[in-house]
Amino acid sequence: MSADEDVPWVVLVWNDPINLMSYVTHVLQKLFGYSTEKATQLMLDVHNKGRAVVSNGTREKAELDVFRLHEYGLWATMQKDV
Amino acid sequence: MSTACGRRCRKTSEAMFNRRFRTKRSGIVEINITEDERSLLADLIDQLRELVLSTSPEGDVDPALRRLYPTAYADDAQHEAEYQRLMRDQLLERRLSHLDVVETTLNDQELNQESLSSWIMSINDLRLVLGTHLDVSEDEEPLFLDDDDPKQHQSAIYHYLSHLLGELIEVTSN
Repeated sequence: MSADEDVPWVVLVWNDPINLMSYVTHVLQKLFGYSTEKATQLMLDVHNKGRAVVSNGTREKAELDVFRLHEYGLWATMQKDV
Repeated sequence: MSTACGRRCRKTSEAMFNRRFRTKRSGIVEINITEDERSLLADLIDQLRELVLSTSPEGDVDPALRRLYPTAYADDAQHEAEYQRLMRDQLLERRLSHLDVVETTLNDQELNQESLSSWIMSINDLRLVLGTHLDVSEDEEPLFLDDDDPKQHQSAIYHYLSHLLGELIEVTSN
């Protein structure tokens, strides 16, 4: 494992004017198995604070999560958790 | 007054609003949309497929499609280039396969959960492309334009798709 892989990564979803609030909640539940309450809270964080951390893990896992969020058209990025 | 909405009340509201989607039995959803709606969706799906296929997997993305290929690494150009190189093709394939599912099930009266997911994703893709084209912003909602505005037709379609998507999500979470 390289030094790069040791650092945990976080996946962020950013607020955008197109995706419906109900859609963001739906996607978070569907992809991560979150409860309605948790998914709704994350969606509200995205909406009110501009972004929220929706998952974390190794770079490989974060990249897969980002890909799945991109498939759903959410504005997701990943970065090292520093 | 009780705010609880039981089975009876749900039935009443379904009848009142003439719902276009209804969970029939476990995992199966009944679709009651008109022929005009189905043919509109067929046109839109065709147009989106053409647009998506016209974009080269390498190089710059058509501005109208930029929301379909978001940035993964905001502050890491090297990893970002690698992500786009490896993932953009896969993303394109996934999008096309969802469009195919919608096309083949467009005239069905019932959808299973898998098809429903493809409908949801493809309709949202359409909204992303139209919304980008219409330059939808947080501050200017609702975006209803005058009849003589050249973008009025697209704006109406955008709102229709938003409504349809909302209904699909609602029926999925029930």
